[in-house]
Amino acid sequence: MELFVFVAASIMILGGAIGVIVRPNPVHAALSLVLTLFGVAVMFVSLHAHFLAAVQVIVYAGAIVVLFLFVIMLLGVDRTEDISVEPITAQRPLAVVIGVGIAAIVSAAVVSSADILNRQGEGLDLTTVESPDANVRQVARSVFGDYVFAFELTSVLLLVAVVGTVLMARRISSSEKGK
Amino acid sequence: MSTLLAIDPLLEGDLFWTPLLIVLVKVLIVFVLGLIATMLMVWFERKTIAGMQNRVGPNKAGPWGLLQTLADGIKLFFKEDLLPERSDRFVFRLAPYLSLVPAFLAFAVIPLGGDYRDGNGGMVTLFGEQTRLQLADPPVGVLFALVVSSIAVYGIMLAGWSSGSKYPLLGSVRASAQMVSYEAALGLSIGAVLIVSGTLSTAGIVDTQSSIGNWNIVATGFVPFVIFLIAATAELNRAPFDLVEAEQELVGGFNTEYSSIRFALFFLAEFMNVITMSALIVTLFFGGPQPIAIGDTVLDIPLIPNALEGTVWLMLKVIAFLYFYVWLHATLPRFRYDQLMNLGWKILIPAALGWFILLAAQRVGTNAGWDQTVVTVSTALVLIIGYVLLNAAHKVSRNNREKNGASF
Repeated sequence: MELFVFVAASIMILGGAIGVIVRPNPVHAALSLVLTLFGVAVMFVSLHAHFLAAVQVIVYAGAIVVLFLFVIMLLGVDRTEDISVEPITAQRPLAVVIGVGIAAIVSAAVVSSADILNRQGEGLDLTTVESPDANVRQVARSVFGDYVFAFELTSVLLLVAVVGTVLMARRISSSEKGK
Repeated sequence: MSTLLAIDPLLEGDLFWTPLLIVLVKVLIVFVLGLIATMLMVWFERKTIAGMQNRVGPNKAGPWGLLQTLADGIKLFFKEDLLPERSDRFVFRLAPYLSLVPAFLAFAVIPLGGDYRDGNGGMVTLFGEQTRLQLADPPVGVLFALVVSSIAVYGIMLAGWSSGSKYPLLGSVRASAQMVSYEAALGLSIGAVLIVSGTLSTAGIVDTQSSIGNWNIVATGFVPFVIFLIAATAELNRAPFDLVEAEQELVGGFNTEYSSIRFALFFLAEFMNVITMSALIVTLFFGGPQPIAIGDTVLDIPLIPNALEGTVWLMLKVIAFLYFYVWLHATLPRFRYDQLMNLGWKILIPAALGWFILLAAQRVGTNAGWDQTVVTVSTALVLIIGYVLLNAAHKVSRNNREKNGASF
């Protein structure tokens, strides 16, 4: 059963990922991305990380891709694009090199740390695992306990990004230009 | 394996025939119940609004016009199914199902009955098996409702886009912007309930609300309920937030190009969502299938077993909210779009967030044994300072905009 779920979810993830690259229509590509995100959510459920699965769907599928679709629809780029014209000539060979390089690094990391991956469930608070709300408690303890500094820094980073975007998108009026 | 699916003792251990059959029967009952409830809801809405407007309403098909929806449904089945020439065929066909399926899925986590009295926790015994009168009780509980409502956005958004025509696109962009904006307030007010109940499971949330004093509407201090009610109305795209189908501006909204059975699916999903949302409000704030009780005095309906009585109470409470939604539809005029966005982003989200922080501080204070009044007053002070700063920022930016000659 678990193997079946894993294979099905993997097909969803990989199929979606390929779809994002291959589909010529941006809206179809965004929908393929949703498929990938759903596959990841299924993986989370099969690993008993129910809370992460729910958050994955709510945040990524429910908010982020919806915003992608907004931008695609409002900018009117939702027609098939001609991708044979290359604005930056070196980017395709570079993309191949970087893609292969990242794949190599990730596989090397997985192979070299095989013994660590085999040690399952270390550091888990086993007393609370049986409770249905255990997931939330564990995540909360990590995010607001052990890693609270990194977590807050990340949120400050996001805030800075938002403020920066607003500042750049603001129309500069003629009176300010004159100064 | 059992924890993969749901925390229901029915599914623990190996799966035998009896539990499997019970689950199948439950699925069937929930599905059929949803369809019938939707049919009756359409009739109820038309009839009630007709009454409020001094009309008769549907009265030809069946007694009191009860079968009007069925007749409309059959008519829609036999109409021609049009596919606009400029549409995106696959997405155009997919969209109605993306709208309908979440509407039914959300219904699965609502406790539909069961005996929550005397610490029974909603368990009933069916053919020697302990189970709950609810289709599924997943470990994420009420978050599941948020999950499916975030998928439902796609149905509306893609329907408008794939029609390949301007008015549906405008309608769907409006709808999805509105739904995404109000989802934040909706989630934050659910968060307030979760802090008070201390569990995600819907059955657990119902279990903590044994009498009116324990109902979450009182326990969370009324504000989250009001925010949830407003946000839910906006999420349902119903009056006074029905800009999505503003006929004067948009022809018919995102479903303009749809006809025949695909249109019927959208229609069905819309009314199913109203019922699901009302049931969710009742579950979160009004004790779900719990009977009305003040202190230890329980208002008991005689002759009906306690488990079924839960269903009766749930229906009564849900019908009260359905009536409330119909009433809103009949009385309130539509919001303007900027008013809608101002209400969502500048009032509801800050209010929901502030109340959430207040409840969280009180909870931490209780756990640490601090003085409740000091905690409440100091949190409220911090929140008020934050609100004043936010207002000042609004004012400064508005002044700057006006100085630059902008009129928005």
